[in-house]
Formats: sequence, structure tokens, C-alpha cells
Amino acid sequence: MSDNVIISSRVRLARNLADYPFPCRMTDAQRKEVVEKVFAAVKTLPDDFMLVNMEDINELDTIAMVERHLISPEFAKDVTGRALAVTKDESISIMINEEDHLRIQVIKQGLSVAQAYEIADRIDTALNRELHFAFDNKLGYLTQCPTNLGTGMRASVMLHLCAMGETHAVSRISGNLAKLGFVIRGTYGEGSDASGALYQLSNQVTLGISEKSAVENLTNICNQLVQSEMATRGRLMESMEYQDKISRSMGILLTARLITHAEAVRLLSNVRLGITEGIVEDVSIETIDNLMLSIQPASLMRREGKRLTPSERDKARAELIRTTLR
Amino acid sequence: MKCQKCKKNNATTHVKRVVNGEYEEYMLCADCAHDMGFQNMFDTSMPDMFGGLMKSFFGTALPARSQATRCPVCQSTAGDISNTGKVGCAKCYEVFFSHLMPYIKRIHGNTVHCGKSPESPAIPEKSQTEANKESEIANLKSELEKAVQEQNFEYAAELRDKIKELEGTNNE
Repeated sequence: MSDNVIISSRVRLARNLADYPFPCRMTDAQRKEVVEKVFAAVKTLPDDFMLVNMEDINELDTIAMVERHLISPEFAKDVTGRALAVTKDESISIMINEEDHLRIQVIKQGLSVAQAYEIADRIDTALNRELHFAFDNKLGYLTQCPTNLGTGMRASVMLHLCAMGETHAVSRISGNLAKLGFVIRGTYGEGSDASGALYQLSNQVTLGISEKSAVENLTNICNQLVQSEMATRGRLMESMEYQDKISRSMGILLTARLITHAEAVRLLSNVRLGITEGIVEDVSIETIDNLMLSIQPASLMRREGKRLTPSERDKARAELIRTTLR
Repeated sequence: MKCQKCKKNNATTHVKRVVNGEYEEYMLCADCAHDMGFQNMFDTSMPDMFGGLMKSFFGTALPARSQATRCPVCQSTAGDISNTGKVGCAKCYEVFFSHLMPYIKRIHGNTVHCGKSPESPAIPEKSQTEANKESEIANLKSELEKAVQEQNFEYAAELRDKIKELEGTNNE
């Protein structure tokens, strides 16, 4: 049931090599050395990694990686001296020379923060043997930004809180979440005004709380959010207006000739809700989740194999949605 | 609708913004939006904002006189760290420890790591309660220092006893 609400779980570990200054103080030569060392260490792992120098790939592919949450927008902004190690299924990725020397990231479908951490932990332990990470007994893993000190772990879950977003419940609970050391924000759009009702919930505090406790707390909060979202959905579905809204959304998606990203995300979110509540049939949640990723500007252009103007994108997007949902 | 700037192309970008409390709204074509800097959907200015935020945090935490001290490894000064919000290297945490500590405490509420440490038999993994206790002792010690500076000796004695008590249970 939680899969109706939870899209994916992600764990990210920030690590730095003890023998090099942090990326903000590194020379180009040092960046190169760090990339070479990390690449060599990654080759000792049992997983099959692709090693990519970010300078070698084109801008469109880079932005598409941001859209798939494989790399951060910050990482894509300036690719000089930066590199990426990524598995074929894109579930494990290691950004090299981002804000820290290494950002180990594991993404899993559904609510599986603990499993994601387990994998990240294994990779971290293996890499440490080769690389020797900066660690202080008191402050934990040392990071360029003090906000990541301690475990260096940011665990997050992407949630589809359409009903709670609709009733403004998300902005009400965000204050309480902050008191518990968690932050919730819209994946697209800003603050509580999340288009597509996709929210990212993550831990803020990394010092003085173990990985295990942080993961457990996050999972518990998610379970509570899922329950509350499902209850709110049940109430919403009683209204004919809302059922109508979902059916109309499906109608637009099936027939539109031009559609902007914002509109598509909003309508797909309604349809996703319709599927879990049994109003929309013959379409799976995975189809919707995949569409949400592939209708983003750079992913769309990559698919079409060329650069497109905004209106050309709206046309290609409408076409992709029509053919996928039909 | 035509673009408000060039008045030739069709407007495809709708911009709303508030500058110094004044609300502005434009309908622009893709080219004009690009020229005015509204096109780049991936260009989030977060890092800069964050640096700014850090600065205000550090502003009160880092005294100006420490500007002269440089980290022997990366040559950062306390000023560099507070201006960028970025620590230069692992050694900086040692060199600027007392400057960074109040700030770290403000972000995390705790000052002692608890959880995984790199594989090394010398560093056993601390339990949550142990870390909490160490964190509390560190907090009390900094308070004690303050109390002594303010010549509030009665309070200082009270704090000293508390620290002793906590440290005593730690060693058992």
C-alpha cells in the first residue's frame, strides 16, 4: 500500500579523502588525481560501474542526468574536473568532486531507505579500504559544509502527497517535521507549492544521530504520512468534483496536442491518484512514474535526438503522453 | 499574444517577480526570456544563497581577529570559511575548531558523532546514549568556561559537579 504514496527512497553519503583539501580548495591537478584514485578504487568493487568524465559528455545528457536524479544540479553546473561512476541500472552512483570528493548515492523504488543504506554502507566500507576517508572521532566524517558533518548521510524519500497537498496539510506539518530534524519540500516548484504533489522528505541533522536511528526515524515518519495521505484520499474521493477532476485530467492527457511540463505534471499527478483509488483503469503506476521522468525538457530532447524550442517540446511531450497512455 | 519586449515573436514564457516589494509581470518569447536571464530552468542560485545564509550564521560565530590565522594545509582563513560557508580541508576543523563549534552546535544541536566510523579497531562505534552523554559534557564544559569568564563562580561550581558526575558514570 505504501507504494501508492512512496515513489522512491534515496541515501547519499558525503566522503572526503583525508590527504587532499576539500573541492573548494583543490587545484586542477589535485582534482584529476582524486578522480584517478576514486576510479581505481571503484574498479575493485564487485558491482559493474561505468566511469564517466563529465567533461566528455554533452550538456543535454548531463541535464537529463539531473532530471533522473542521478546527479545534482550543482554538479551539472560546472563539470570541470568532475567525474561520475554509475551502475548500469543507475541505482548506485558516485559523484566525484562535487561539494565533497565523493557523494555515494543509492536509489531504490518504494519505501526502502534501510535497504538503500545497506548498499551505500557496503560501498563506503569497501572504498574506505582503498581511499582512507577523513574522519574525526568527535565530529565524524569531515565534510566541506559543516551541515553534513557526522554521518555525512542524507536519507530521503519521494512522496506523492496529492490529497494532503490539496488540503494544505503538507504546509501545516512541515513545522512539526522541522522540530524532529526533518525537512519536506516540493520536488518541482518551490516550498509547499509543489506542482505534481511530489515531495521530498529528508533528514537534516547528521551529527549526534546514528545512521540506523536516522533511517528508522525517516521510515516511521513516512509510514505515518502514508496513513494520513491514504485517509485523506478516501475522504477526497467521496466528492464527485474530485472524481470529475481526475477523469478530466485523463481526458486532456489523452487528447492534448500541446502540453507544458507544469500542466503535464499536474494532470499526471491527478491520474496517479485516480489509479490508486480505482477510478482510472488500464494504466499502471509505473507508467505514470516513468512518464513523469521522461517528459522533462532535457530527457524529452534526448529522446527526440535533437534540441527543441519550448513549443516544439510541448508538442513532443503531448505526443509522448498520448501514445504511452493509449 | 506577442512578446512584450520584441513585440515580434509569440510569447511563451510568463514571468512574475517581486523586486523590492514591486510586483512585475511579463509575457516574453523564448529569445527575450533568455536575454533577460529567465530561461535557465536548471540554474538554481541555491549555492550562493546558501553561502549567504552561512555567512550570517558564521558572522556572529567567528570573531574578526581570527582572520590572520591560516590553515597550514589549505591556507584558508576563518574569514574565507565564513565568506564562502565552505571549510577548506580536514585540518581546518582542527585549526578553527573553537570558531566552528558554536556554529556546528547551532545546526545539529549535538556536537559528538554517533554511528559508523571507518573500519579501525581503535575507534569502536559509539552507542547513541554514549554520544549523547559526550555531547552533553561538551556543552556543559563550554557553559562552564563562559560562567568562569563572567565570574559567576557559584554556577560554575554547580556545572563542574555535574560534569564530574557525568564523567564518573562514563568510566564505570
